[in-house]
Amino acid sequence: MSVEVKSEQEVVFQKRIDAEEKIEPKDWMPEKYRQTLIRQMSQHAHSEVIGMQPEGNWLTRAPTLHRKCILLAKVQDEGGHGLYLYSAAETLGISRDELVKALHDGVAKYASIFNYPALTWADIGAIGWLVDGAAIVNQISLQRTSYGPYARSMVRICKEESFHQRQGYQIMMTLTQGSHEQKAMAQDALDRFWWPSLMMFGPHDAESAHSAQSMKWKIKRQSNDELRQKFIDQSVKQADVIGLKIPDPALKWNTDRGHYDIGEIDWSEFARVIKGDGPCNRQRLQHHNRIHAEGAWVRDAVAAYEAKHKQRSTKAA
Amino acid sequence: MKLYEVFIRSRRGLDHKHTGSLHAENPQQALEYARDIYTRRSEGISIWVVNSSDIVASQESDCESFYDPHDDKPYRHAAHYQLPDEVNNM
Ligand SMILES: [Fe+2]
Ligand SMILES: [Fe+2]
Ligand SMILES: [Fe+2]
Repeated sequence: MSVEVKSEQEVVFQKRIDAEEKIEPKDWMPEKYRQTLIRQMSQHAHSEVIGMQPEGNWLTRAPTLHRKCILLAKVQDEGGHGLYLYSAAETLGISRDELVKALHDGVAKYASIFNYPALTWADIGAIGWLVDGAAIVNQISLQRTSYGPYARSMVRICKEESFHQRQGYQIMMTLTQGSHEQKAMAQDALDRFWWPSLMMFGPHDAESAHSAQSMKWKIKRQSNDELRQKFIDQSVKQADVIGLKIPDPALKWNTDRGHYDIGEIDWSEFARVIKGDGPCNRQRLQHHNRIHAEGAWVRDAVAAYEAKHKQRSTKAA
Repeated sequence: MKLYEVFIRSRRGLDHKHTGSLHAENPQQALEYARDIYTRRSEGISIWVVNSSDIVASQESDCESFYDPHDDKPYRHAAHYQLPDEVNNM
């Protein structure tokens, strides 16, 4: 084992974290802490924004005007969440352009779940219930993360998320009370989204590359497996209440642990989707690239308007 | 002298909050005055000062056009969705 020599600044920094104090933008911080946060926060921001695509796909095909209004409001929230997180990441001294470029170059990741398509209306229900449900479990934990701007944006986001999961669950519930076909559609959506939702929490703790240091710095507050278990336990009951079946023959209540045991997660699928070979990876990035390029005229127009305004006010003066 | 608005972070982890205003010749001076005036009893650990004239504010009279569209969107709130009691803590 190598003996680490810590600078005085580093000692003060870690003491602060150990005392549950937040780190704020102008504080000294280890370069690795800054880089880890930029990676995690930008990945989170990209997820919010890319996550608008599978749901956006159903905006024009929602079954009623009311459902359309709800979905529009939810997708709008997700865009806002991306904005909060990009802005919070920018307090670490990186620009929005750099963050977006890293996404387009494939250097930065986003949650692998958004590489799955939303094939039916029931998928919109499953996404709200399970995908937002899993995200909320993670985000509640991150309200206590050590970086102040990140923690504060999590508090705001959690408040807004509260309706996302409920609207999704309500879609599922309504379908299960409908025709035989509607019920089957709900079950099919659960079947397809269950395992990818569990993968959202990342690899098992033993295999998680960044975990130990992130826990010591309190960037992460709970381990991947802890958070995943919390999600499993709550979801099993929720499925049961509306008469849906979790697609896992090995699912079983473990009295000793006081938790549900599950079957083996297919990590080869996870690795494949992360690597870029999920059902929609190329489409998601292409779409983001295209919309970003097509939106250039808006950014240009804003700049031109501002320049003209300035010119006019100097003339007047 | 110019008018400055003062924002104070009372504790790590909390947002800066508007605390008051003061007169100063320049930002550095404003910061020192703010320390003397607003943090004599360790009310804060970080101070922001901003030229009052740099603050762009919405007006009460803008209210209708600014906020009116929110009133007819109850579905943005969690309570809009009625769920069975067993899962209502979602
Ligand atoms: Fe999200
Ligand atoms: Fe979100
Ligand atoms: Fe959400």
